Amino acid sequence: MRHRPLLRTSYAQDLALLDTPAKRWWTGALLALALALPFLLTDDLLQLLAVCCVAAIGAIGLGLVTGYAGQVSLGHAFFLGIGAYTAAAISGDPAGRVIGLGVTDIAVWLPAAGLVAALAGVLVAPLATRLRGLYLAIVTLGLVFIGQHVFNEWSALTGGAGVGRPAATLEFLGQPLAVTDATATRDQKLYWLMLALLVVFAVAARNLARSRIGRAFTAIRDRDIAAGVIGVNLPRYKTLAFAVSSAYAGCAGALLYTVTGFFDPSSFSLLLSVQYIAMVLIGGAGTISGAIAGAFFITLLPRLTRELQAWVPFISTQPNEVPNVFQVETILYGVLIIVFLIFEPRGLFGLWVRARAYWKAWPFSY
Amino acid sequence: MTELTESVLRGLGTGSVYALLALGFVIIYKATRVISFAQPAFMLAGVVAVTYLAPAVGFWAAVPLAAVGTGLLALGVERAAVRPMVGRPAFVVAIITLGVDVAVRVVVNAFIGLDVRHVGDPWGLRTLSLGPVELQQRHLAAVAATGLLVAGLFAFFRFTRTGLAMRAAALDQEAALAHGVSVGAVFAVSWALAGGLAAVAGTFAAAGASVDAALWLIALTALPVIILGGLDSLPGAVVGGLAVGVLQELTATYANDLAWLGGNVSVITPYVLMLVVLLVRPYGLFGTREVERV
Repeated sequence: MRHRPLLRTSYAQDLALLDTPAKRWWTGALLALALALPFLLTDDLLQLLAVCCVAAIGAIGLGLVTGYAGQVSLGHAFFLGIGAYTAAAISGDPAGRVIGLGVTDIAVWLPAAGLVAALAGVLVAPLATRLRGLYLAIVTLGLVFIGQHVFNEWSALTGGAGVGRPAATLEFLGQPLAVTDATATRDQKLYWLMLALLVVFAVAARNLARSRIGRAFTAIRDRDIAAGVIGVNLPRYKTLAFAVSSAYAGCAGALLYTVTGFFDPSSFSLLLSVQYIAMVLIGGAGTISGAIAGAFFITLLPRLTRELQAWVPFISTQPNEVPNVFQVETILYGVLIIVFLIFEPRGLFGLWVRARAYWKAWPFSY
Repeated sequence: MTELTESVLRGLGTGSVYALLALGFVIIYKATRVISFAQPAFMLAGVVAVTYLAPAVGFWAAVPLAAVGTGLLALGVERAAVRPMVGRPAFVVAIITLGVDVAVRVVVNAFIGLDVRHVGDPWGLRTLSLGPVELQQRHLAAVAATGLLVAGLFAFFRFTRTGLAMRAAALDQEAALAHGVSVGAVFAVSWALAGGLAAVAGTFAAAGASVDAALWLIALTALPVIILGGLDSLPGAVVGGLAVGVLQELTATYANDLAWLGGNVSVITPYVLMLVVLLVRPYGLFGTREVERV
């Protein structure tokens, strides 16, 4: 047994999270690198990576409903918004300009944001259980518009369009989590915190995906009628998929703006939904690691285009000149979605699988 | 009463714009079973083309030219990005069109630039008086143009060989193929038609106002319209478009009585209407009920 690591003698081994030694090594190495990054990178990059981690939580959520359960949702921005406002309202200053309950503990507002968003997901789910495919996509798109209207108009909660409100406060048991002190800077702490949360959420999602529930999700995605026939309770699992996905989105929304500290209702537009769709599709639909990779890629894309600007001099950094980096960036979202869907539907994860297969069989990789 | 009549008439004007856009969606859906999220981009491209052409060749020549140009653009997009995906799940293709939309709109927005652009329509905001009722000429023109185009489309589908081929392909692609219909050509024609219709619709949406990047949101309103009318029903698109237009104008007129809903509530009424309709009739008013064979 000891010299045959790939030999399976039980179902538990077959279903294990890290089922091969190579996966164990790679995951360990990646985690070690991720933990060590604050000592290698500058603070502005760490802040960006913290945002990446949060975006990855949101992308995992969308990946569960779209990638695993096959229910196309363009409404992710709506659920992100609900989470962001729930958290901000719970942790906000009671004496402030906008609604605030003054409970600043992350252990309170983070679960609350997830819960409220999950409830919103459950409310939407009756539509999802009646509709399939493109109908669902359009309905969730409508949700974004309705949500944006509500966020814009309910200025007692959101601060109103163009004004905004402060985001939730990062505190745990009375200790502020992200302030610069002798041991570490604010951005280093932010990054470690978000990384830890990402790992927790990712492992939870991975566990969900390999359980009975996850198998029901994939059955619904692959052929919902067949899934119904073999005894998957379609309404129940579709509702569950929406609830879990929205809870992830709610948590991600709650955390997302703690990094910048301020946000306004215009953030939760259709473009945000498209970005999350892009994360899932470019990363690789139906995989957790793909969603994480996609989230990092899409979130780093603005930074990459800015770096690209040094090489392609005709791209301007001024927003009033053409072509500028903002335009290039938006075009890249669109073009990358198209290119990946046509040439590599499995996304970044698919590229990794190809590379792995190549080197596994090397030097006989033809 | 005058107020009511006026807002209904205004609603018919904006509704006919929605109807034209919705026709484009439905034509593409019938041919390819895909909802094209690229329609907003084509609409914007058409309008911007009109604003550039109108000063040079006049409004009446600019609109057909822009429609043809947008049709060709749609044709190119179909060939490059959508045709390779034949046989893939519909939602994948829909997401591709979403990508096309995002990319094309950025390019078109760059052409809008910072200047105020007008389509150069002859109507402006002039009105026509029918007794006590004031009617804006641009709305009348939109209704007339929609009527003409719908009649033209009807004749096209009813009396031409291509139209017959398109109807056959919509009914059953494989049977149509077996009878020698080039389904690829049908795809191409339907995308081109949808592009052209979007350009005309955009022109009327921008008539009497200026063209800006936010105009694309009007095209998205056509999505609730096709849900209301039924995804695969051409009459449904027209009726749904007019109904949504009228409803939207009515809410805009009486928004003061609904102040608790917040300002600009008319923008989201189509989406609310869509949610209600879907809960009651998931296949729309005129759509075919989907029957799944196991």
